[in-house]
Amino acid sequence: MEYEVVIGLETHAELATIAKLFCGCSTKFGAEPNTHVCPICLGMPGVLPVMNKKAFEYALKAAVALDCEINRFTNFDRKSYYYPDLPKNYQISQNYYNLGIDGHMDMFVNGSIKMVRIHNVHLEEEAGKLIHPEEPGANYSLVDFNRAGVPLLEIVSYPDMRTVDEVESYMQTVRKILLYTEVSDCKMQEGSLRFEASISLRKKGTDKLGNRVEIKNLNSMKSVIKAIEYEAMRQSELLDRGETIDRETRLWDEVGEKSQRMRSKEESQDYRYFPEPDLLPVLIDEKWLSEVKNSIPELPLARKQRFIEAFKLSDYDASILTEEKVLADFFEECVKILDRPKAFSNWIINDLLREVKDRKLDISNLPIKPGQLAALVEIIEKGTISSTIAKEVFSEMIQTGKEPQKIVEEKGMAQISDEGLIESVIDKVIAVNPSVIEDYKKGKKNALAFLVGQVMKETKGKANPKIVNELLIQKVGS
Amino acid sequence: MNKNIQIIREESLRLLGHTALQIKEKILSREIQATELVGKLFEWIKDIEPNVQAFITVNEKEALEKASEVDKKIANRQKVGLLAGIPIAVKDNICTKNLTTTCASKILQNFIPPYDAFVVKRLKEEDAIIIGKTNLDEFAMGSSTENSGYKITRNPWNHECVPGGSSGGSAAAVAADFSFLALGSDTGGSVRQPAALCGVVGTKPTYGRVSRYGLIAFGSSLDQIGTFTKDVKDAALLLQVIAGNDLRDSTSAQVPVPDYLHGIDSGVKGLRIGIPKEYFAGGLNTEVSKAVKDALKLYEKLGATVVDISLPHTEYAVAVYYIVANAEASSNLARYDGVKYGYRTGESRGIIDMYCRTRSEGFGNEVKRRIMLGNYALSSGYYDAYYLKASKVRNLIKNDFDFAFGRVDCIICPTSPVPAFKIGERANNPLEMYLSDIYTIPANLAGIPGISIPCGFSETGLPIGMQILAKHFEEKKILQIAYAFERETDFHLKKPPLKSSSV
Repeated sequence: MEYEVVIGLETHAELATIAKLFCGCSTKFGAEPNTHVCPICLGMPGVLPVMNKKAFEYALKAAVALDCEINRFTNFDRKSYYYPDLPKNYQISQNYYNLGIDGHMDMFVNGSIKMVRIHNVHLEEEAGKLIHPEEPGANYSLVDFNRAGVPLLEIVSYPDMRTVDEVESYMQTVRKILLYTEVSDCKMQEGSLRFEASISLRKKGTDKLGNRVEIKNLNSMKSVIKAIEYEAMRQSELLDRGETIDRETRLWDEVGEKSQRMRSKEESQDYRYFPEPDLLPVLIDEKWLSEVKNSIPELPLARKQRFIEAFKLSDYDASILTEEKVLADFFEECVKILDRPKAFSNWIINDLLREVKDRKLDISNLPIKPGQLAALVEIIEKGTISSTIAKEVFSEMIQTGKEPQKIVEEKGMAQISDEGLIESVIDKVIAVNPSVIEDYKKGKKNALAFLVGQVMKETKGKANPKIVNELLIQKVGS
Repeated sequence: MNKNIQIIREESLRLLGHTALQIKEKILSREIQATELVGKLFEWIKDIEPNVQAFITVNEKEALEKASEVDKKIANRQKVGLLAGIPIAVKDNICTKNLTTTCASKILQNFIPPYDAFVVKRLKEEDAIIIGKTNLDEFAMGSSTENSGYKITRNPWNHECVPGGSSGGSAAAVAADFSFLALGSDTGGSVRQPAALCGVVGTKPTYGRVSRYGLIAFGSSLDQIGTFTKDVKDAALLLQVIAGNDLRDSTSAQVPVPDYLHGIDSGVKGLRIGIPKEYFAGGLNTEVSKAVKDALKLYEKLGATVVDISLPHTEYAVAVYYIVANAEASSNLARYDGVKYGYRTGESRGIIDMYCRTRSEGFGNEVKRRIMLGNYALSSGYYDAYYLKASKVRNLIKNDFDFAFGRVDCIICPTSPVPAFKIGERANNPLEMYLSDIYTIPANLAGIPGISIPCGFSETGLPIGMQILAKHFEEKKILQIAYAFERETDFHLKKPPLKSSSV
């Protein structure tokens, strides 16, 4: 039987504030366990939360960027469940008056735009982390509360996706929006961006949603896709056999590439939400909201469109350049200095990104600055260096962070345009290659390329190829 | 009793029987040194405390150190705080840095907070001397202090009676002259009711007037720290110190704090006093009723007008309270799980078993009952019918007060329907126990301030308290009204007949 796969995603993103949501502790990743903690984020008796305004604003910004309707009256609720990494055994979250509701997000899937509706966007606190000892038979676990209380944004989509391509695009687009609005660093490897999927199947052509299965423990975008594919297969096999799908939560096993039941609907937790009495409701007035709206930068899809139109870039190039906000910013900075969009686009896509990949560079902290790349393009145009030499200079720039002119000077890489000097080399090359000259004269046109190559070799690639070409043709006749 | 001891005792009593303002004057004028005072105080406590059991922890060493620090400051003519050298007791649900804070619960039996509550920090800044931590009903859940996980506090006026609760230890400590001042917390009457039962002055400020930071939460939307004092002026003094905005408590108000002592003797001429008819209905002890009515006659004599009013939703207050307070409590107490601090069970199989055993062994019955009731009221499918409905009725109760305060300046009523009852008398009947707070609960639901002052004695010699309520942030008015009565009467001057433990 043919089924339609119905997919919704929950996205959790840690917000990029310096301090935690309700106390002054640092949010920095990777510190010694339990060093970024205080009585408040440890949930000690008698302590009270105080809202981090910046975190709230970041969440608001994300909700606006996702076209949500903003609840002008929003408050926080306690979500109760017992887990050792949750210091108070309740999480301060939002349930009754979410910050943003009924939003939507446009995304590009296989060349066309698709819209996914956003059910809600809300702010909550992060839990700590359990550390399970490696020794066999250990009867304890440890808790690290460094992460407890880090501000966490939750974005809940409607079940509007039908294919893994759409899911892939959804994840990429959400990520880009969060990066563009600079509310999260979205480092999946540090857990600051996470996804949970819910999947149901229904007979093609029917409307009624099937029983939904939620999948947790998805550590990368790749696992999300694999888990969805696995789950769609599992459910379709069950349905084909005439069995029913249980509403349940399953855990993805990354190594075994399969999922396992974590709990059934009957075991599902009653979170006993009620309004958090220790925090006041937040009222969002027109002025505040418009300030936040004005602070939203051009979002990736719009920026890409502008790149195509303003800089005459191809769809492909514009996509790659707008993939990361820092990269698009880098590109625009370059163009501001020197109006050569095509050249910069090529340098960034072909050379810069290759270096980033090979050297595992941090894209938000590149060793090369826009002014330096512009200077490089400028000296190529002036003929100071050839484009072949330019590649070497570029590589040197990446490694040392030096100015291109300086590298050219230090290494004597400047192009030789002195015709007398080039002529003497040409004469030498002609003298030792009589048979090639013969071939050329007989009409073997590519013999000329060989001779140019020899001249370049003699000059260690520094001779101006245009001049070499011209002089050679003059010498050997055409 | 040995004649010498008798004389020493009487001397001590005379000294310790003073009010905080009186003793402060003696300390500042160097008539007595703080160290000497604190020394005498602890002698007295050691003698009498075994019969009262007001304290969970006494803080003698640190108290003496602080006293000598204050003495030095005074000797060197340095500036001293508003509470210089005055001994104060603190309810054991208010966090004190490096001093065990148990909430009278086994689950926190060895808990030593690494931080001071806002109010404790203020006390220290103003040079008060913290002499110990007082007993309470476990997690402040109760009206008799019988629910303590450690001991039963006795009413200084009659050792067979309860001191009221939940701040019974603080009330008894001030009544027995163990302390000049004490802090308590009032979620449904836990300051005012024990103050009434012990014959002292108990003040519950407006919700938000005093920071809750460091007060171990019971019902977060109802909890407020309050004061126990020997008279109304001392209440003004202590409130002056603890009131004010605190950035660490989002619910603390940014309303300026007036000078509470200034103009406290303004009198009540022209004042309109509301008498809610619902508070004088069935269940009210006749002696209590008579004492309060006599007090109203005195107010009329002093120039006030007494007006009959109605607070029509009063009958729902207790029900609403036990849903809201328990719902919040069930969540506030979830953190005591044996993972991070406090009591953890000895042996367990897995995390769930550890939680269950820890909480079963660590909490007392009343706390468990309330956690279950609270969780029930918040459960999916019941939330709307209980918590949400209760929140709505709570608003109606607030509206009752708003409406009433449009017509009158204050409301006067009994604090407790009965004087102190016998230990054990209500212990097995939680519903009857819950009715002890019938007159005090509405003020917590509405967030308004209230005070209980002594207004008489029963035939058996037990104190009777009267409650004065006013609009939000009108503590100053309440103190003025209370003082007008107090300066015309001597109920607050009577001392309980205390027995030495050495005889």
